[in-house]
Amino acid sequence: MALNYTAEEIMQTIRMVQSENLDIRTITMGISLRDCCHEDMTATARKIYDKICKKAEKLVATGEAISREYGIPIINKRISVTPISMIGESCLHGSYVELAAAMDKAAHETGVNFIGGFSALVHKGYTSGDRRLIEAIPQAMAETERVCSSVNIGTTKAGINMDAVCQMGQIIKQTAELTKDRDAIGCAKLVVFCNAPEDNPFMAGSFHGVGEPETVINVGVSGPGVVLAAIRNHPEWDFNTLASVIKRTAFKITRMGELVGREAGRRLDMPFGIVDLSLAPTPAIGDSVADILEAMGLERVGGHGTTAALAMLNDAVKKGGAMASSNVGGLSGAFIPVSEDAGMIRAVEEGALCLDKLEAMTCVCSVGLDMFAVPGDTTAEVISAIIADEAAIGMINKKTTAVRVLPVPGKKVGDQVEFGGLLGRAPIMPLHTYDPKIFVKRGGRIPAPICALTN
Amino acid sequence: MSQKRVIVTVIGEDRVGIIAAVTEVLAKYQVNILDISQTILQDFFTMMMIVDISKSTVSLQSLQDILKTLGDNIGMQIQAQHEDIFRFMHRI
Repeated sequence: MALNYTAEEIMQTIRMVQSENLDIRTITMGISLRDCCHEDMTATARKIYDKICKKAEKLVATGEAISREYGIPIINKRISVTPISMIGESCLHGSYVELAAAMDKAAHETGVNFIGGFSALVHKGYTSGDRRLIEAIPQAMAETERVCSSVNIGTTKAGINMDAVCQMGQIIKQTAELTKDRDAIGCAKLVVFCNAPEDNPFMAGSFHGVGEPETVINVGVSGPGVVLAAIRNHPEWDFNTLASVIKRTAFKITRMGELVGREAGRRLDMPFGIVDLSLAPTPAIGDSVADILEAMGLERVGGHGTTAALAMLNDAVKKGGAMASSNVGGLSGAFIPVSEDAGMIRAVEEGALCLDKLEAMTCVCSVGLDMFAVPGDTTAEVISAIIADEAAIGMINKKTTAVRVLPVPGKKVGDQVEFGGLLGRAPIMPLHTYDPKIFVKRGGRIPAPICALTN
Repeated sequence: MSQKRVIVTVIGEDRVGIIAAVTEVLAKYQVNILDISQTILQDFFTMMMIVDISKSTVSLQSLQDILKTLGDNIGMQIQAQHEDIFRFMHRI
C-alpha cells in the first residue's frame, strides 16, 4: 500500500494549523426550545435550563476529543436556541431576564462560552413576547455573562421595521449604560440584524431558527491567516491567479469544517446542519482580514480600492467553500469586525479607515458594521440611523447585514477600550453627529423593495 | 479486517536514531506501520508514517501523549493525527 499523501500535503496541513492560525472557530449546537413554553416564568426558565443541559451535556467533551484526534484546534463550543421571545410569550407574569439567567446557568453547566438566542424577530412587527424580550435586553446583557442577544429588524421580503430600529438605538444605549463599568461589554453581545440567517453558528448573532430541526450541529471555520500566507509576497499575480489561489485555499479550510461537523454530528447523534465558511479574524497578529486586503496591494485598509479588494476576497472564499461542503450556510464570507482584527484596529488608529468606508465595505462582505466603538455621548437617534442605513444595504442587496456597536460611556474619539480575548480592543471612531431624530422617529415600516417581488 | 489509520509526523533537526526511537515505541504498543517516508523539507528532517492502531494496546489519545513525551526527549516534534484530516483536505 502506497503512502497516499505527499510530504508537501501533510506539511501544508500542519503548517496551516501551527503557524497560520487555522482553526475551527466554533461548533455550535442548535437546540429547539419550542417544547419549553409554560404559563409560569419560573417553570419556563427551569424547562429551558433542563433541556439545554440535557441536549448539550456532551458537546464540550466531544469537541475536545475531535480536536485532539484530528490535531485541529476547535476554539469555541457554543449553543444556539429558538428565539426566546417565542418561548416566553405564554408566560403571564415576570421578566424575561429570568429566562436569560436560565440560559446563562445552562451555559456554565455545559461549559460553553456563549449561548445565543435571547432574540426576537420583529422585521414586520412586534408580538407581546417580542416587546417584553426587547425591553429586557439591557438588564439581561448586564446580569448574564454568556448570553448573546439579537434582534432582526428588517428583511428583503418585509422591509424595515422603523419602530424597532428606533427602539434598538435606545436599547443599545441602555445596555451600554448598564455595563459602563465594563466598557459597555453588554453591547458586544447584542447585534441588530437585517435578513438574519437561521443557521449562523457565529456569535453574537446565532439563534436556532424556527425552520431548524430539534437539534443540529453547525460549524464555523476560520482561517484568514491561511489565506494571507497563500497570497502574500506575490505582487506579480493578476486577479485571476489571486482569485484562484484564494478559492483553493478556502476549499481546504472548509473541508476541515465539513469533516469536523460530520464527525461531531455522528458522535452526538444529531444532524449536521451547515458549515459557515466565514473568514473570521482574531486579534492575533497575522490572523487578519485587513492584512489580506493589504497583501493584495493596498497601502492601508480603508483607502480607495478597499471595497473592490474585499468584494473579490469575499466572492472567492464563497466559491471555494461552496465546492468543499455538502451544505454551506450561515453568513459565509469575510468578517470585518474592527476590534477583533489587528489590521482593522491599526487602520482606524492611523485614520485610514473611517465609518463611511466601513459601511461601504459591508455592502460586499458577509455581515456588517461589527464590533466598533463610538463616543459615549452618541445619541440613541444616531445609533438608530446607523442601524437604518445598514439594514437598508441588506434589504436592497438581499444579504445579511448587522450592527454591533459600542457607545462606550465616558469615552471620546482618541480613546480606546480593551476587552481582551477574542473581542480584542476598539479605538473610538468618530461619526457624523447631524441629528436624524425626525427621520428615525417617523415610525412605521420602510416598505419591502421592488426586488422582493420574486414570486 | 478494518483499520484505524493515523498519520504520525516527526519534524526536527536530523540526527542518528530518530526512526529507531519512534518505531520502538510504536512496536511496544502494537501499532502497525503501514508505510513510512522521510525527506528533508525546508531544512528540516521530516518523517511521515501511516500507521494502523486498530490493534494498539493504547488509545489514540494515550499514544499522542506518549509520542509527545518521546518527542520532547529526543528534541523532535511528533504528532499523531487521524488520517481523515489529510484525506478531507487534499482528496476529493
